This record gives sequence, C-alpha cells and structure tokens, in this order.
Amino acid sequence: MTFAAAGAALFLSACGGQTSNQANQAAATTAVEITGAGSTFVYPVLSAWAGDYQKQSGVKVNYQSIGSGGGISQVKAGTVDFGASDQPLDSAELAKNNLAQFPIVIGGIVPVINVTGIEHGKLRLTGALLADIFAGKVKRWDDPSIVTINPGVKLPSAPIAIVHRSDGSGTTFNFTHYLSQVSPTWKAGPGEGKTVSWPTGVGGKGNEGVAAYVKQLPNSIGYVEYAYVLQNGMNYASLQNAAGNFVLPSAETFSNAAATADWAKAQDFNLVMTNAPGANAYPITASVFVLMPTNAKDPSRSKAALDFFRYVLDSGQAQAKKLDYVPLPPELVKQIEAYIGPKIK
Amino acid sequence: MTAFVPVVKSRSAVADRVFNLVTAGAAWLVLILLGATAASMAWGGRLAFETFGLGFITSTDWDAVAGKFGALVPVYGTIVTSLIALIIAVPVSLGIALFLTDIAPRWIRGPIGIAVELLAAIPSIIYGMWGLFVFAPFMALHVDPWLNDTLGPLPIIGAVFTGPPIGIGMLTAGIVLGIMVIPFIAAVARDVFNAVPPPLKESAVALGSTRWEVLSRVTLPYARSAVIGAIFLGLGRALGETMAVTFVLGNAHDLSISLLMPSNSIAAAIANEFTEADAELYRSSLIALAFLLFVVTFIVLSAAKLLLLRINRAHGKTH
Repeated sequence: MTFAAAGAALFLSACGGQTSNQANQAAATTAVEITGAGSTFVYPVLSAWAGDYQKQSGVKVNYQSIGSGGGISQVKAGTVDFGASDQPLDSAELAKNNLAQFPIVIGGIVPVINVTGIEHGKLRLTGALLADIFAGKVKRWDDPSIVTINPGVKLPSAPIAIVHRSDGSGTTFNFTHYLSQVSPTWKAGPGEGKTVSWPTGVGGKGNEGVAAYVKQLPNSIGYVEYAYVLQNGMNYASLQNAAGNFVLPSAETFSNAAATADWAKAQDFNLVMTNAPGANAYPITASVFVLMPTNAKDPSRSKAALDFFRYVLDSGQAQAKKLDYVPLPPELVKQIEAYIGPKIK
Repeated sequence: MTAFVPVVKSRSAVADRVFNLVTAGAAWLVLILLGATAASMAWGGRLAFETFGLGFITSTDWDAVAGKFGALVPVYGTIVTSLIALIIAVPVSLGIALFLTDIAPRWIRGPIGIAVELLAAIPSIIYGMWGLFVFAPFMALHVDPWLNDTLGPLPIIGAVFTGPPIGIGMLTAGIVLGIMVIPFIAAVARDVFNAVPPPLKESAVALGSTRWEVLSRVTLPYARSAVIGAIFLGLGRALGETMAVTFVLGNAHDLSISLLMPSNSIAAAIANEFTEADAELYRSSLIALAFLLFVVTFIVLSAAKLLLLRINRAHGKTH
C-alpha cells in the first residue's frame, strides 16, 4: 500500500514537473536506488545526470557501463530496472520480452583523419566513397574519386591506413549501418553489426584506441564519437548527406538529423537515424535507447526509474550539451512522453 | 620420562599426516581446477564445435554479422608472436643470467638483479601503452622501412618482411612480448646458474678452458633442464598475454605471412569481443577460442617436456 502511494506520488510529481519537489523527496525514501546497465557511450552523461538527480531527489541511480549487449540481456533477465543500448530492438522482440524502448540522448560518429596538409573539416567525402575506403577498394589518398570532389585540397600520394574498432561496439553498429545505407556493395559485403568482418585495416580497442591509432599512423582514417574529436582536437572530414549537401559534425547538424528523422512512423522508436533526410542533417547521427520492462516485478522501482528519465528529458538535456552530447529535439521529447505514460506501468 | 616420549612421537606423527594431507590437497586442487577449467570451457564452446566441427580450427573466417567463426587467425597470431618473443628473449635472458653469475663484478650484481626483478613486476598494460605510444612509432619510422628495403627484395623470406610501415603488427607485438618475458627467464636462469657447483667450473678453468668454454660446456649443460623450464615459463606467459598484445598487434582477423601486418591473438580477441558478443554462437565461439588457447599451451608444454626427456636420455642424465 505504501509502495503504491509512493508510486502515485512519484507519478504525480513527475507530471507536475518542478512544482512538487516535496512529493519527490517523500517518494525518495521508499525507492532510494535504481539500477541500470548497458551502453558505454551514454555512461559519462548518465552518471552526470545521476549525480544531479541524487542531489535533487535523493534517489541514487546506479549505472554499470558493461556494453549494450550486456545491458539488453540484463534488462531481459529483470536484474536491472533499465537497460541502455546503442542499437534499438524491434517491436516483436520488445513485445516478446515485455519491454518498452525510447531514445534518451543523441551523439554523432565522425570520420577522423590524420593527413598532413589538410585543414580541419576541409576534406569532403561521400557516403559511397567512405564505404569504398573502408572496404579497401579506394586505396590511396590521391585516388581520382577523392580528388574530383576535393578541388583545391592537397592530397598526399600515399596509401590510406584504415583504423576500425576491435571490440564490439554500438559505434561500429551505427557506422556500418550508415555504410550499408549508402553503399549496396558494403551492405552485401561486411554488412552492419557491432563487430563486422573488416576487409582491411587495424583495430583499436574503444574510441580511445581508435583515436590513438589514427593519431599515430600517418595518412590514416578512422571513426570515433564526436566527443573524442573535440577532446583530442582531431582532424575530420565533412560528409555528404542524403540531401546532397556536405555537412560538418556539430551539435546543430546532429540535432537537425534527429528532428528530420521520421520518428512518428517508427514503432517503439525503432529507428536508426543514419542518413537522415534534412538539408543540414549530419548523416551518421546515433541515439542511445533506454529499455524498460512494461510489467516490472517491483512497479515502484520502475516508476522511480521512469521519474528519473522524465527529469532527464525535461531538465537534463542542458547537462548533455555540456558534455558534447546533443539534446533530443522538443517534438521528439513530446512523442516520448506520450509513449512512456501508458506503456510503462 | 619414558611415558613422555611416545606422546611426542604420536603427536609428531599426527602433525606429519596432517601436513601430508594439506600439501597433497594443495597439489590436487591445482589438478582439479585445471581439469574443471578445461571442461567448462569445452562445454561453453560446444555450440561452436558442433556448428563448425573441425572447420573451427582450419577456417580463417571471423564474421560476426554472418555468424561464421574460425580460429586459425588468432591461433596463428598467438603462436607466431610468442615464437618471436622467445627468439628475442632467450639469448638476452641467458646473457643477463650468465653475466650476473659469472662475469659481472660483484658490486654490480645486486643492482642489475633487482632491476630484472622489478621489470617482472611492471603491469602488462604499461608495456602495451609504451608499445603503442613509443615503440610502434619507432618501428614505423625506422625499423619497418629498413626491413622493407633490405629484406623485402630477398626471394623467400622477402614476403615475411614486406608490409605497410605502420609500426603495428606481429613483429612489434612479438618484440614487446619478448621484453616482457625477459625478466621471467633471466631471474630463474640466474638462480639456476648460481646453483652450479663452483668446483665444476674451477676444474674446467684449471684444465685451461676459456670463459666461453666454461659457459657452454659446464654451466649450460649442468643447468639445462632448469633453463628449459624457465624458457617455458616465459613462453606460457607470452601465449596468454592479453593487454600488451591488444595494443600493438592491430586486432585484425587477417591471415598474412608478413610479420609487419596486423593480426590477432586468442587472448586479445576474447578481451576485445566478449562484452558485446550478444549472439549465442558468437559467445560460444569465443569460449571455444579460450579452450583452444588451453590446448595450444598444453601441446607446447608437452612438446617441451618430451624434448627435455630426449635430451636428458641422450646425455645419460635423469634429473
């Protein structure tokens, strides 16, 4: 009974937004800790949110960044209150495991290069060309296919060194998903996945491993999350998007991709928004998804977790910006709030 | 007085029995743990063995998207990097040990001996980071181009030393591994050489032997089996090393004869891929890889034991 009351209080406080902080605090004494596991990509921002949220509400959010695959299996097994994954599940799988799913934050994946003589962001690449480079078909920087779209850029006469991830990763999933969208040969060849069979190149462990290899190897190209580009001051390429424009990675272009992706039609937000249609949309934009049980064993914990995510969607997005993640566009937040209300009990 | 003695006797007899049991238990525990580990890895990898059969060992495919797994590349990479490590580490380690026991002035033995032991205490991640940030660029700038230019054009071994000068690959990994195992071999070898009875060496010197003859005809033959034991301790470490190798090997599932090309090792592949291995077959294949590492280590160590037995028989020694 007390659980139910506390749950109701939580729910109301969430709906009431910032006005009912007291109810929030009262609820906190019942469910003091919620646990989650999954994506390593979301860990920095999630722990920042958790810290702020604990100060405000007293609820401790315990998140283990064990990787998306681990997060999915933990939430399926019911050992955690929520899971976080870089790769969405389809509706059938969600329904089978009684799970609900929604995006929580956005990031971008950026092709980084180490070529002397090219200014930051000046190299232009198309999606198909990027796929051919990573497939080992375009082997040299002065290949005609690169030269023709880069007039005025001094390209070295040197072989391209490819760097990819060696560990299974949501970053690789989003990157190869994009390559599969824009290149039929890539789709038929290595395809998309968290680990793919790379035709060529060396593998670095984690974003930091890829960043380190690219910085070490002259004339190399790799792919890392946007935050690593900023933190390491790496050189990167602009990419041609679905609308035909060359765009640079930035909070604005990621946000644009999220806004123009067709979320309304995607059931359970099962959408990987690579190659989004907007004129100024960055083509390799990715989101992190939260997975929650729709019929949790302990509804009060589920409610507490949901309350945390309402806080995140509402006031946590500014914090995301500080850590070089990109907030969800407001229309998407509205769709998510409409979705989680009836779905998660 | 007379009644007192038997009491002591029986107490010491009980203590002796208990002591025997404890030591026997400790020894059996190792054997049981070993057996249980092998069995549980074989069980965990059964899906991979059932699905691919012998092809799991002979195939070079490693494609998580298509669900095709073969262990040849990591097995090959593990063995090749470990061999390179031994080729480098064995002569250097024996040199260190012989210098410390027979040649060095007494005052320098302590400091060098301690330095060798400290080298053994450095965590492998440090070797890996040093390999990536310091040694790989050095290889890329100086060693790889030189190998390409001088050894590359040679007829048969040329292919082994031709490749992109990226500084990351089997040769770099082998050298870093070699540096890592030097202290293990050197420390044991030094202790063994110290145990060679001085009269043997002195007699050899009295017969007019040079320093080299004393080393090669007296010290090394006397300590042979223990030295081979030390080498295989180092080899065991090289075969199973994970972090240092992951940093400098390149983690690519490509089979290449060239030592300058990136490859993969069993331990590195498991460490890299286990966290996101979400398909049943994928996870099973990684556990099967672990089982293969076990098998490879077992075969190598057994071969070493056999070799040792044959040498000892040939020389009429039994210890």
